[in-house]
Amino acid sequence: MAPLVEVEDLHVDFATPTGPVAAVRGVSLTVEAGECVAVVGESGSGKSVTARTLVGLAGPTARVRAARLALGGRDVRGLRPRQWRRVRGRLAGLVVQDALGSLDPLRTVGAEIGEVLATHGIVGRAERAGRAVRLLDQVHVPEPARRARQHPHQLSGGLRQRALIATAIAAEPALLIADEPTTALDVTVQAQILALLAERRDAGQSLLLISHDLAVVGRLADRVLVMRDGEIVEQGPTARLLSAPAHPYTRQLLAAVPSASSRGRRLAEPPRLREHCGVPVLSRPPLPARPPVDPGDAVLVAAGLTKRYGTHTVVRDVSLTVARGETLGLVGESGSGKSTVARIVAGLLAPDGGEVTFERAPWTGVAERARRPRRRRLQVISQDPLSSFDPRYPVGRVVAENLEPGGDRADRRERVVELLRRVGLGPDLLDRHPRGLSGGQRQRLAIARALAPRPSLIVCDEPVSALDVSVQAQILDLLAELRAADGTALLFISHDLGVVHHLADRVLVMRDGAVVEQGPVGDVFSYPRHEYTRALVDALPALVTAGRP
Amino acid sequence: MAGSPLRPVLRRVGSGLVVLWAAATAAYLALLAAPGDTVDAIVGEGADTPQIRADIVAEWGLDRPAVVQYLDYLGRLVTGDLGRSYLLQRPVAEVIGEQLAPTLALALAAAGLGVLLAVTVAIGTAGDRRPWLRRASSGAELLLVSTPSFLIGIVLLSVLSFRFGLFPVAGAHGFGSLVLPAVTLALPIAGLLAQVLRDGLDRALDEPFVLTARARGVRERVVLLRHALRHASLPAVTLAGWLFGILLGGAVIVEQVFGRPGLGQVTLAAVTAKDMPVVLAVVTLSAAVYVAVNTAADLTYLLVDPRLRRS
Amino acid sequence: MTVTLTDVSTGVGAPADVAGVGPALRRRRPPRPGVVVAGAYLAALAVAAVAPRLLAPGDPLAADPRVVLTPPGAAHWFGTDHLGRDVWTRVVHGAAHSLTIGIAATAVAVTAGVLLGLLAGLAHRFADEALSRSFDALSAFPMLLLALLFITVAGPGTISLIVAIGVATLPHYARVVRGQTLLVRRSGYVEQAITFGSSRPRLVVRHILPNVVGPVPVLAVIGLGEAILAAAGLSFLGMGPQPPSPEWGAMLSEGRNYLQVAWWISVLPGLAVTLTVAALTVLGRHWQARFDGRWS
Repeated sequence: MAPLVEVEDLHVDFATPTGPVAAVRGVSLTVEAGECVAVVGESGSGKSVTARTLVGLAGPTARVRAARLALGGRDVRGLRPRQWRRVRGRLAGLVVQDALGSLDPLRTVGAEIGEVLATHGIVGRAERAGRAVRLLDQVHVPEPARRARQHPHQLSGGLRQRALIATAIAAEPALLIADEPTTALDVTVQAQILALLAERRDAGQSLLLISHDLAVVGRLADRVLVMRDGEIVEQGPTARLLSAPAHPYTRQLLAAVPSASSRGRRLAEPPRLREHCGVPVLSRPPLPARPPVDPGDAVLVAAGLTKRYGTHTVVRDVSLTVARGETLGLVGESGSGKSTVARIVAGLLAPDGGEVTFERAPWTGVAERARRPRRRRLQVISQDPLSSFDPRYPVGRVVAENLEPGGDRADRRERVVELLRRVGLGPDLLDRHPRGLSGGQRQRLAIARALAPRPSLIVCDEPVSALDVSVQAQILDLLAELRAADGTALLFISHDLGVVHHLADRVLVMRDGAVVEQGPVGDVFSYPRHEYTRALVDALPALVTAGRP
Repeated sequence: MAGSPLRPVLRRVGSGLVVLWAAATAAYLALLAAPGDTVDAIVGEGADTPQIRADIVAEWGLDRPAVVQYLDYLGRLVTGDLGRSYLLQRPVAEVIGEQLAPTLALALAAAGLGVLLAVTVAIGTAGDRRPWLRRASSGAELLLVSTPSFLIGIVLLSVLSFRFGLFPVAGAHGFGSLVLPAVTLALPIAGLLAQVLRDGLDRALDEPFVLTARARGVRERVVLLRHALRHASLPAVTLAGWLFGILLGGAVIVEQVFGRPGLGQVTLAAVTAKDMPVVLAVVTLSAAVYVAVNTAADLTYLLVDPRLRRS
Repeated sequence: MTVTLTDVSTGVGAPADVAGVGPALRRRRPPRPGVVVAGAYLAALAVAAVAPRLLAPGDPLAADPRVVLTPPGAAHWFGTDHLGRDVWTRVVHGAAHSLTIGIAATAVAVTAGVLLGLLAGLAHRFADEALSRSFDALSAFPMLLLALLFITVAGPGTISLIVAIGVATLPHYARVVRGQTLLVRRSGYVEQAITFGSSRPRLVVRHILPNVVGPVPVLAVIGLGEAILAAAGLSFLGMGPQPPSPEWGAMLSEGRNYLQVAWWISVLPGLAVTLTVAALTVLGRHWQARFDGRWS
């Protein structure tokens, strides 16, 4: 029997005003019936374009060429729109990221599933509603009959993703294409969706999984293809590829994943592959040593913080201490209140209860006039650096705005250049606009600006969440270097346990506005006492790989 | 929780009432701001006798304190009393009532035609299926929106009525006399509405739910009509109030061009003769209808978009 | 063998992970021909408004009974009207009237709108609510009727027209500026500037004001077209500059009676209005698109 998907020498170009841009360059892949194949890559790798080309949805400006492009043994090159429509949904179903936008917000979930059934004439009009409910049940949506009548915004992210999967499998396609199916979901919800996909796979469904996350892929896929710049750089069975990656890029990707085993090591440097007790091991170079932290020397103390919006309490009796030079991790899922804590600590939000002391003086409940001069000692780095830059300011002015006052023009410029140098940005960028910078460069710029007034504490709110893993690795390395050099304390907020485990000294776990557990990272994550922490740790799709130093 | 679904409705109706009150007050202020005393303003260029002046003082309560005058004015508005035109020697409600029908017919015909044209054009040219048609249509819309409605009317008149004699030149007798004025009024509306709708369709077509709908094998026409059009209609619905303003303002001009009787002619005559009670009544009435239309549009919005129903 | 397959009717815009597409799209391109034409037309219009004699040396009021109702031709490009006045000369000289009224009305609307919008956006909740409702109330009046009410009170004429149109279009600017102010106030960069220890006046002057006012000139260009259109309408109704002033709307109104025998008297001044408004819209939208790319 022919493979379900056969792609040979696939090229996809996009017409742009400045000429064609090649997104996919000579990709070949096959998916056998019942197989789960994963395509892994960072943004710009062409993985999503490859997936969408399979259902003829690469976009109106796409030019697709291939030596062979077949689904279920049928050549799909040059299909007419009407023919494509019979392929889509029936032969291959597509699940994409962000279910809130992927289900029509103005229609009920049941209507969306019914649309697939009607389009492909699966069941008659009378049975559609019942079939939609059964499909929701199949993807383990609780109370499926009620949910079918609801609109997408009334469902949680996890339920929406399940409903989306239900629409994709409604016409019983042989192939399910899942493009980043768990991105933007909380880790525990992600684990549930992965379990659902695994269930489909075990039931014989062929899966083409597109992801940026090696760990997610490792849980599901039989085979993995690694893409970069539109090309496949390496492929092989999942276990082999993750444990003994042959291509330097694959190694670099694996080494860039922060985790317990990467503590104190660099993530972004090219790793070497070593034999260790007969097992191949990725070796990462070490980070510079840090001065010891004195737990008694607190730079920031927050006690009993509470914040309410109406009747809803978003932060409940949260207390935390950050010692001078220490990195405190704050983890939690969406809605845990961790960002609200960050905003209170940053002095951007007044708590309804509790107080914050910064550098041994009251930080909350004081007049803004009195706090203003002290604000320079406590800086903030946010997830979206671009929106934190005044849209009119070029790079140099972004940093200069936060310099300590004084000095003439030349002197200030020199200080800006020096700060940019410290974060790895050249002086040639001074007059450029942040919009023209890459995501990593923008975050470096935000870090340079935060460093400008020599703060004793930097609040980092999800600073690497929007970045590709290799860029994230560079930023994490940079933060680690700077903190070693300056002895700056970090309050590091993240949803990513791996990042916190890699970087933080101690960690607080938050849930529903309250701290459920805290302690040194090693203890909390290795021997979680609270059941929620345990659930978080268990849900983490661990990389069973050559992760040790 | 019984009251919760009604709350957004009540809030919108409430803010509509506030706006209505503010609009009525603004109109009242215009009267006070008129040069000369209030009696002069109300008399306008009509006959000015001591008897009429006394009647005006009595009707508007001008011998009482300012606050009472104002509250009295609001009270009369609430009860639907639009006052009396001393120029025409008739109650304003009667004057307006007589001329309402032709203007209403014109406005409704134009609105229907405009919306129909706009929806057809927007659906036909949205997305990137026919770039040349899209460009042509954008150009036509730009010209329509930029052209004064009296020019459209005059061109239509000179070609279709004078040259070919297809339609009557003036008057409001029968369907034939409605066609040209309605088209004249509808074209600029269609131009703007088509732009807004197509923008909305384009934006909706870029949403991820359109990708997933297409990935289900749904026809392009169904994607447009079932998914994208509902999203695109939301911004268009908010234009309902504005559309109404254009219709009323446009009616004044179009009635003038086509020599059609109606509210517009009444208004123009009143403005020329400084017949303040009639002008005030027309302006206040149109503000009231605007607020009603806008509130209805807001409620429709609520009906179409389930996300807004959360209070 | 390689086959090209295209499916033009379907697919969403290029997926986000296509390397280089985003920045490439935003790179500056030469302006489209429409924009160039619009710019050239407006430049000519500016000349007509400032120095009409360069384009039409004659006297716009000079009647010549010998050439009454001459069709367009070599001697009279736009023909002559019922008094034998040269329509081209009148259209050229009329530019100053239309532009003056439009620009002055827009200036009134923009100045008041920006101030009130800023006030509402920076004010506390109650004041903001009161201001916003009064913008709503003002825009509840159809623009033309509001202008007519104003003219009833103040009498017809250029000044009345300017103030009436200015007041009627003011709520639009006020609302946009208020919305923009709220957006900027809550933006990441203003929040970030708070953490630098910036004082409130400094925040307003350094970050809020420039970013709020930035988009206003573009809006004003588009709004200028609308103001000119409204002015032409009111003049057509006889509420603007009185004859024999060569105002475009008034010319059209005068020429209406000769429509059957001389279409050019009314149609050509009307076309001048259309082209002016269209050119302003094209140019405004072009700047807006560039602006959006730069600002957000």
